[in-house]
Amino acid sequence: MVAVTLWGQLRTAAGGDEKLEVEAKDIRELFRKLAERYPGFEPFIARGIAVSIDGVIYRDTWSKELPQGSEIFLLPRLSGG
Amino acid sequence: MGFDPSFSSRQFKSVGTRPLRPDGIDKVTGRARYGADFNMPGQLVGRVLRSPHAHARIKSIDTSKAEALKGVKAVITAADLPDMTAGDAALHSILENCMARTKAFYDGHAVAAVAAVDARTAREALKLIEVDYEVLPHVTDVDEAMKPDAPLLHENVFTEGVDPRPSKPSNVAKRSQYGHGDVQAGFREADIVIERSYKTEQTHQGYIEPHACVASVNADGTGDLWVCTQGHFVYRDQCARLLGMDISKLRVTSSEIGGGFGGKTHVWAEPVALALSRKAGRPVKLVMSREEVFRASGPTSATSIDVKIGARKDGTITAASATLRYTCGPWYGMWAELGAMTAFACYGLASVQTVGYEVLVNRPKTAAYRAPSAPMAAFAVESAVDELAGKLGMDPVEFRIRNAAREGTRSSYGPVYGPIGIGPTLEAVREHPHMQVPLGKNQGRGMACGFWFNFGGQTCTDINIGVDGTVTLAVGTIDVGGSRASLSLVVAEELGIPYSQVKAVVADTGTLGYNDMTDGSRGTFSSSMAAISAARNAIEIMRHRAAAMWDIPADDVVWEDGQARAKGENHGNLPALSLKEIAAAAPNTGGPIAGHSELVADGAGVSFATHICDVEVDPETGSTRVVRYTVVQDAGKAVHPTYVEGQYQGGAAQGIGWALNEEYIYGKDGRLQNPGFLDYRIPVCSDLPMIGTQILEIPNPNHPYGVRGVGETSIVPPLAAIANAVSNAAGVRMTHIPMSPPRILAALEAEQAG
Repeated sequence: MVAVTLWGQLRTAAGGDEKLEVEAKDIRELFRKLAERYPGFEPFIARGIAVSIDGVIYRDTWSKELPQGSEIFLLPRLSGG
Repeated sequence: MGFDPSFSSRQFKSVGTRPLRPDGIDKVTGRARYGADFNMPGQLVGRVLRSPHAHARIKSIDTSKAEALKGVKAVITAADLPDMTAGDAALHSILENCMARTKAFYDGHAVAAVAAVDARTAREALKLIEVDYEVLPHVTDVDEAMKPDAPLLHENVFTEGVDPRPSKPSNVAKRSQYGHGDVQAGFREADIVIERSYKTEQTHQGYIEPHACVASVNADGTGDLWVCTQGHFVYRDQCARLLGMDISKLRVTSSEIGGGFGGKTHVWAEPVALALSRKAGRPVKLVMSREEVFRASGPTSATSIDVKIGARKDGTITAASATLRYTCGPWYGMWAELGAMTAFACYGLASVQTVGYEVLVNRPKTAAYRAPSAPMAAFAVESAVDELAGKLGMDPVEFRIRNAAREGTRSSYGPVYGPIGIGPTLEAVREHPHMQVPLGKNQGRGMACGFWFNFGGQTCTDINIGVDGTVTLAVGTIDVGGSRASLSLVVAEELGIPYSQVKAVVADTGTLGYNDMTDGSRGTFSSSMAAISAARNAIEIMRHRAAAMWDIPADDVVWEDGQARAKGENHGNLPALSLKEIAAAAPNTGGPIAGHSELVADGAGVSFATHICDVEVDPETGSTRVVRYTVVQDAGKAVHPTYVEGQYQGGAAQGIGWALNEEYIYGKDGRLQNPGFLDYRIPVCSDLPMIGTQILEIPNPNHPYGVRGVGETSIVPPLAAIANAVSNAAGVRMTHIPMSPPRILAALEAEQAG
């Protein structure tokens, strides 16, 4: 079980919740379970969600493990110049 | 596969040295081929007809006279680019930007295009195209566009991020919010509160090379595109989707690039060139003029930002908030959101809140510009921080150090930081000799901090070892700042061979797997990770080849210092085999030796910089001169220090232009008044001092060598550092970028008038 914090817009899709408890071993499973629980997440996942694990941002490595006790923060997928 | 990107400390032989870049001779002798330097037999000249109106409904387009002109081989409009975006809003905005469909949304928006046998005929044909416009009211100012009675760009845009959903459409496409804590309580705890509003004008990346391409589409549905781009795989995919082509049948070759800085991260004219070629049945060359680049490519946002920061007398910030309004051009973006995320990222704050508004205006489609959106936010926040330090009677560096984010700080955009470099850059600035240089008359000193996320991404590389032992490294990330040299150093390091033995090339889309573009400071970070992985895979093959040459088990062979060595008592007398010897034997030990890697290079790590600037202001004319400038930034590990310094200096130079001169100026008719380098003045060498640099190396734990991206953060602090310096020199707080002579004079006169 990992604790996941959502950024503002995702909170609306989660019915106002800021923090969620999810049983997920990696980012792929996290996204799958979030989409199952909150169908409103799917467009955000399609548009791109970045996952911050203890402050390091992962955009594409869906196999990245979510260590127990780590801080998981979901952010919009960002791009640079 | 199975590649571990974790940092491990090591002594480097090649990495960290400063050899000449492999593309240097071609570039200084004029042999390097840029976008417009490629030609194909029978090619036509493409030209684009652009809207003279800032906002107009297209009632009809009659191309018949143009099509009848001798020498014209194709004329296209939006009808030749049917919508195949399948609900992808971002791609649809790119399509609509490439060619206006029902409305022209800005001065310069493409409405039709021709391909003709020569430029003269093409220009003549453009004049024969009859467009019936219904001119509509327009809005170009960010604050004006937010007003309820502002001319509306789209009837179907309802502000996202607002609950409940608005019942009326508006130009505010989205509201985003970040932060934590209770800012109102925080402000009540403050002894001093600074509250100011700031504006920054729209600027262009100012790349010297315009957008240019040659497109060739064959009757069998295959095609070639030679193009100047920051990401040829991205261009391939976007063009193929927009034209309904098979991705693998469109081969895109990137040229050398004369600057991009974010402006060449998605397609602009390329689908138009491909559509013209498809219709004409011949190759088409399309090169934007400088005027077209200014009017119709992607500048950065104009902004309007309110900042409020409170602090106790002991120098502790108790709360901070900002409202950031960014222009997007005519289509939705996340520019204000990036500003809202980055604005206070340098600081550890108990209570912080930022709100961003994406505002649609009749200006060109906003594109990324080097750490997109962060410089404007940093200008506003770092100006207020400086002013607050002054009110508190504290040294601005010490005030920032006291409030700087550190490991364990909750960032203003959400996550808790791991090890970060803002503190070390500030401490380096405090100790830097620049801070001790006496200032002259009318001179002021300013400093400021900056933050950028940095990214990695999808990356693919190949290493091929020739029978003479030389090595070709094929990468798919465009070399915008010397990465071929840096990546060659990495391969030399990993294989244990001299740099001169490695030749790096940027492969085309037909010969290498997909690569994300060179953006987000990812080029060297990502491709070096993939190059290390590919080199290690090649070493694994060479270990087996050496074992075959010795007729011993591969497990008994190790790779050390560029050689295969047999280990164990049974093989102690075998002389080491060099890479060259193994390569020479390759035809009879299994054939070519290669190493491949495909990976996602995540974990780039956030980046911080602190800049110092001395400026002299002429109080009679308001003109300014940058006297001294120093950049301090963490590189993780500088693979090629000269090119890291070049990135630091380049970011500062662009920031100086942005801060002091550059701006899009629109007339009341909504037309751009200064689409040329004579009237839109970027800094040249004579405008700049030698920009000093100090590289800090705090290893990134998520890269084998500790590398961090360095390309973008250097443009974040300059606007604020220079504004603080000018404000200190002039004795009046400057709140509007650029600080052009008229603005400085006006501020001085207003101050004198009381």
